Amino acid sequence: MAQATRKKPVANTANAAVSARIVAQGHFRTLRLGTPFQPRLDALAKTQDWYNWAGYRAPHSLWDEELEYFAIRSQAALFDISPMTKYRIEGPDAEALLNRVTLRDVTKLKPGRVHYTAWCDDEGFVLDDGTLFRLSPTRFRLCSQERHLPWLLDSAIGFDVIVQEETEAVAGLALQGPTSFAVLRDAGFAGVEKLKVFDLADFPHDGGTVSISRTGFTGDLGYELFVPADKSLSLWDRLMTAGELRGIRAIGYTALNRARLEAGLIVANADFTTAEHAIRADRLRRPDEIGLGFMIDPEKGHFNGRRAILEARAKRKLRHVLVGLEIEGNIPAEHAIVYYKKSQEVGLVSAAMWSPMAKRNIAIASLERPYGDTLVEDLWVEIYAMRELQYQKLMKRAKVVARPFIKLDRRTANPPADF
Amino acid sequence: MKAWDAIIIGGGHNGLVNACYLQRAGLDVLVVEKNDWVGGAATSRELTPGFLYSNCSYVCSLFRPEIMRDLELPRFGLQVISYEGGAVFTRDGDYLANYRDHDAHRREFARFSKRDAEAYDGYARDVTRQCRFIQPLLMRTAPDPTSLKPRDLGELLYLGKKFAGLSAEEMALTLRFWTMSISEFLDEYFETDVIKANFALSGIIGTALGPMSPGTAYVLLHHYMGEVDGSVGAWGYARGGMGAVTKALAASFKASGGAIRTGAEVDHVLVSRGKAKGVVLAGGEEIYGKLVVSNADVKRTFLKLVEEKELPDIFLRRVKNFKIRGSSGKVNIALDSLPEFPALPKDSPVYRGDMHFTDSMERMERAYDDWKAGRWSSDPFLDMVIPTTLDPTMAPPGKHFMSCFVQYAPPKVNGRDWTDADRDGFAESVIAQISEYSPGFRDRIVHMEVRTPREIEAEVGLTEGNIFQGELTFDQLLFNRPVPGYAQYRSPVGGLYMCGSSTHPGGGVMGAPGRNAAAEILRDLAKSTSHMSPAHDVI
Repeated sequence: MAQATRKKPVANTANAAVSARIVAQGHFRTLRLGTPFQPRLDALAKTQDWYNWAGYRAPHSLWDEELEYFAIRSQAALFDISPMTKYRIEGPDAEALLNRVTLRDVTKLKPGRVHYTAWCDDEGFVLDDGTLFRLSPTRFRLCSQERHLPWLLDSAIGFDVIVQEETEAVAGLALQGPTSFAVLRDAGFAGVEKLKVFDLADFPHDGGTVSISRTGFTGDLGYELFVPADKSLSLWDRLMTAGELRGIRAIGYTALNRARLEAGLIVANADFTTAEHAIRADRLRRPDEIGLGFMIDPEKGHFNGRRAILEARAKRKLRHVLVGLEIEGNIPAEHAIVYYKKSQEVGLVSAAMWSPMAKRNIAIASLERPYGDTLVEDLWVEIYAMRELQYQKLMKRAKVVARPFIKLDRRTANPPADF
Repeated sequence: MKAWDAIIIGGGHNGLVNACYLQRAGLDVLVVEKNDWVGGAATSRELTPGFLYSNCSYVCSLFRPEIMRDLELPRFGLQVISYEGGAVFTRDGDYLANYRDHDAHRREFARFSKRDAEAYDGYARDVTRQCRFIQPLLMRTAPDPTSLKPRDLGELLYLGKKFAGLSAEEMALTLRFWTMSISEFLDEYFETDVIKANFALSGIIGTALGPMSPGTAYVLLHHYMGEVDGSVGAWGYARGGMGAVTKALAASFKASGGAIRTGAEVDHVLVSRGKAKGVVLAGGEEIYGKLVVSNADVKRTFLKLVEEKELPDIFLRRVKNFKIRGSSGKVNIALDSLPEFPALPKDSPVYRGDMHFTDSMERMERAYDDWKAGRWSSDPFLDMVIPTTLDPTMAPPGKHFMSCFVQYAPPKVNGRDWTDADRDGFAESVIAQISEYSPGFRDRIVHMEVRTPREIEAEVGLTEGNIFQGELTFDQLLFNRPVPGYAQYRSPVGGLYMCGSSTHPGGGVMGAPGRNAAAEILRDLAKSTSHMSPAHDVI
């Protein structure tokens, strides 16, 4: 049976619940919360360049967005991922529930492993993508951009499982870059060298545990660390101290966003619109339309959206395709319109940059099939580059290329290199 | 004797909008208004020195920006200021607030239910989708489904195409939305009673139905499809009270050469050989006009101002059966200081928003039970605002005007007319409820205006005091509003038009009925409508 996080009203607990509610009233005074790492971020925030990440005050940059990017690629970069939505899904039926709601086969996800997955509504439209951590045979953590508690709770009806939102309770850090392994080892996380890509293990920290996975959003060697909020500052300090000689730097989102684009990874509500937020029905996307078709396992039995997804495949109802583009020149084509034969509008670039690692002008775009799918010749992007209050209009040739745009051996090397 | 090109009966917002558009098309237009002031249900009157009340309507969102622009209303003083949020006070000493900030809103809901907090986005998406479907229909004449005229067929096709453009899921939702009770609709998204009560209030306002009555979900939509300068669903205060809307309209009308006669109550419409020729005032004075437009509701227009013998019997029967039931009242209060609500932190933005005390669906439905029994609600539903927290023009510094919309109030008390004692009892139910949450509230009261359906009907002229000039249920919308076959602002009497909220798209200070009626009249006169902006694009 699904258990919600709601309290059952019993006289005393009801009073306690009301008191707790009243104590929480004052949140309206702080519209952007700090994360558990805020004291450390504040101390390093030279640019004071903040943005709103799901209600949290998160840094676009801390000291220099370009140099922060190079910290990811040359040393080790520390990025606060605490605002990411996290759900604890636990119980004898946790595996069955997750297998039912997500696209990939969760029975193949062993304890101590992580996979990148996505989930859909009944019409097969993508609600979100995210990472699923199998912490034990019966305990999982699902991380995502958007919030899905009602959907998860409703889906859990009939399963013996607890679904609990734990975004605030669990703090998270991404430690990414060539020296990230060395930093963790020097910080004393014995055995961390055994972690292969998408492996996960618990390590002692400050009288508790931190779970460390060899995962990340950069296409580089890297790790993600999840820790109870009250142990977060000691973890930060432990990493920063150990990393001092390895060039560790804290970074903001702009740098991370560049790294993720080079890695060819997509961002919900930047590269596609999530089904629960799409006001316009034609903005909905099936997994096959945003490059997530590889996740679909038609053999695993019923999962949310299965019928609609398979029908769309069979009846060729897939209207869009998400592709990587390589664009001539070096002017980023952010939000440029994609044309066929320079005249017919066939899509839109959702993210673009000059890639320092690939030395190419790269982009992620959504195109209307068959363009980008079977028809990949003669594609162009029209770039409106604002230069001193004038648009320089450029029509540049675009080539569909495979993602990721860069492949770094150090990401997967075992054991990880000691830089 | 002079014959005006058009005589408008009633200087409410729709009458004035209609008059403005006709005058600007080159017609010679006269507005006759029974009161000594214009405004109808959108007035600001100073009933006690230093305090302006929004006597009837009190907040603004639905008024179409296309009309504000066409009629240059900002030039004539109209300013609308968004307000900050709101709250439902709960009986356990807490409150549930609505905040404008998306994340603060979620965290506030999460105080009551983490699940419901995260359900809000899906709910907002669905409501927004429905609003986007309806919005373009507001500024178009509803097609006559029985007509074979190319224009009606074209409009039907437009409606059909819009509907066909919806996904299967959206179509299902649209039909459900237009027919369901607000209670059942909210059950689809939320589990927490107070959160449902928070949203349900928009489904019952001005309606003689309870939250569990079918059809109330649409009423909620009607309150969501407005905007404040592009912020869809937002509500605001008209600076200077809702009278600022009609004041600006009247000034715009006069500036373009129109004439207004106040203190001129129409006794009846002059009809000769099935055609309207003018109006006869209560004193017997006859005023001639080539056409007559009634801003009064459909019942008042055809049961009081036109002789029955001039009307087809089916039309007459349908007018008689048109649902325009009194369900609400209004208590306007002048306060010598800002009331305190111990449950609410002193620096809360809720003071600058709308406040409510009905924290469960059950209480809301019970309040309706009293109405059915012919009594005002002993535990009424209040929509309470203090516009002076944002508008310094309505009261002296430090003093405040509080507007309380009160539901339910029956058109008759136990089958008999309201008495002054009833009115005082009704007011007491309101003051008692506020005092429960704001000790010492009574002592701050400087002056009070209490309006039961009796006062609203007598002064504003709204039948039974119904604020929408007829309920906004699906059977009374689009080509059925007010009467099938007469939904295009024309009537069985030649030259007699309707322009009030009894016509499509219905009530609220929207102006669209007045505008759409003007477009039909100008069409009949083969005059240009180039001075009328089409509806803004919904993209």
